[in-house]
Amino acid sequence: MSAPPATRGTVIVEESVRVHHLLDRDSVLGPVLLAPLMIYLAALVGVPLVTVFVYAFSDATTGSESFSFVGLETFQRTLADPVFQGAIRNTIVFTVLSQIIVIVLATILGFVMSADFKGKWIVRFLILLPWTTPVALSALAWLWMLDSLFSPFNWILGQLHAVPIGTPVAWLGENNLAVGSVVALQAWRTMPLAAVILMAGLTSIPPELNEQAEVDGAGFWRRLFDITFPLLAPIMMVAILFGIVATFTDMAAVYILTHGGPGNATQVLASWSFYTGIQGGSLAQGAAIGVFMFPVLVGVCILMLRRASGVEVT
Amino acid sequence: MRSRPLVSILRWVVLLLFALVCAFPFAWAAFTMFKSNDDLYTVGHVPFFYNSPPTLDNLRVLLTETAFGTFVVNSVEIGVIVVILTLLASVPAAYAIARLTGQWGGKLAMLIFIIYLVPPTLLFLPLSRVVADLGLQDSIWSLVLVYPTLTAPFSTWLLVGFFRTVPRDIEEQAMVDGYSRVGAVVRTVLPLAVPGILTVVIFTFALTMNDFIYAVAFISTSSQMTVSAGVPTELIRGDVFFWQSLMAATVLVAVPVALAYNLFLDRFVKGLALGGVKG
Repeated sequence: MSAPPATRGTVIVEESVRVHHLLDRDSVLGPVLLAPLMIYLAALVGVPLVTVFVYAFSDATTGSESFSFVGLETFQRTLADPVFQGAIRNTIVFTVLSQIIVIVLATILGFVMSADFKGKWIVRFLILLPWTTPVALSALAWLWMLDSLFSPFNWILGQLHAVPIGTPVAWLGENNLAVGSVVALQAWRTMPLAAVILMAGLTSIPPELNEQAEVDGAGFWRRLFDITFPLLAPIMMVAILFGIVATFTDMAAVYILTHGGPGNATQVLASWSFYTGIQGGSLAQGAAIGVFMFPVLVGVCILMLRRASGVEVT
Repeated sequence: MRSRPLVSILRWVVLLLFALVCAFPFAWAAFTMFKSNDDLYTVGHVPFFYNSPPTLDNLRVLLTETAFGTFVVNSVEIGVIVVILTLLASVPAAYAIARLTGQWGGKLAMLIFIIYLVPPTLLFLPLSRVVADLGLQDSIWSLVLVYPTLTAPFSTWLLVGFFRTVPRDIEEQAMVDGYSRVGAVVRTVLPLAVPGILTVVIFTFALTMNDFIYAVAFISTSSQMTVSAGVPTELIRGDVFFWQSLMAATVLVAVPVALAYNLFLDRFVKGLALGGVKG
């Protein structure tokens, strides 16, 4: 940081004048200020991103420093693996189902939260908990809540005689229930942020629009579908894109809640990549699995870019 | 919106339902943490009551007989260092994008946002090699090295929005008064951006707390683990779950983090909208 002249008009040492003059030029100062961040990101995001693809075409393992290229062999092995096929299907299913739930619930929540009311602070605190808590810890809370022996839901179901008392419902031990549990956890933890973003969108719609439409005779539903939803669509997309990225690339929820099980029924790309790459030691195959997340991420980026450049997105 | 009684009753019902669904796992955790073993693990006990008197024993075990304290210290240490590094990199970069790069500014902001979207689950394999090559595995410094990849892009993106809300005249006036550009920014823009910078501090810290994959991929020594990785892996030994202590750990972390978020939420949302709208 350069010091300002002590008093205006003081003669400063010549060298520092030159540095000052250089740094006063926007075309010099801009890159200088940007350089540390960009160099860091190039080294620890850019290079690793390229390396993932390099690994995917190689036979790299965690054990040795050297590796050789094997072309598409790693991909062929990956694609033929039924666990991988399940993982890619699960990743898509979990993301789509959880985000459909999020769109519906976050819209409702955004509406009820956008009004002012007493006690809003505490309600907001409770509603935000799933988003603010580190996912590993909230998944742990779910693990206990869904415990096959001591789940409160099992007790209630038992009392209602929906299931025989003493026969636990294996929320995480039966394929469909386990899938449902993971979808519920993902929807639960991504919903609050979407609701908050939608709430911001709702409060930014000028109230005059709705008032004018009401004067013109438009009913509640008409105003909802013709004014509110279209104006909300762009910000709703931002909320959903955040949710898609958070769910599509997450491994912690599955890792803690089900370990990918039962069998591999809830394995996702991220968790399977972790098990294969870190615990199995095959960098190449772990990378080849992870690479399949890339198309969706590119898609999300394109949508974001189109939004930013003002192109109409439908 | 005019409030009719029916509407406001309906709103409260909906809100309470949402609050119940969102908070239930934590309420259940908070309820569980005070239960004695006898009470908790007897099949047939009504789970919604304390069948034996509530106890602080599990909390004591968590705090004195497990590595939880170490995890908290590690997480805070990592969080503080990463916050400082993140600010050092992203404040200058965000200012440059907001003011000095002209038409490139928007494109750079977008590029940085896209970098934020590159997920840890894609990068952890090459980064685990980088960490090993640097001899940082099993050390909190491995996480200090990589966490800014999560935090700096997002912080920069938020800060660009905040800097854009500071009127240009303010620093231009200071420059007319004889300060260099950097001096003018430090004296005029940064003080005005303090609320935005505090928001970034909170969210940077929270992002470091939230990470799971890097922490489990790089670290396997209990003494170096963070809360997120340590609680689910180290506090569960084999198949033995100390449920009350685990739930106590969850509540002890969840509540302060959520309070911090709530204090800064409005500003955070404003930042999202600023960054999101202007690209």
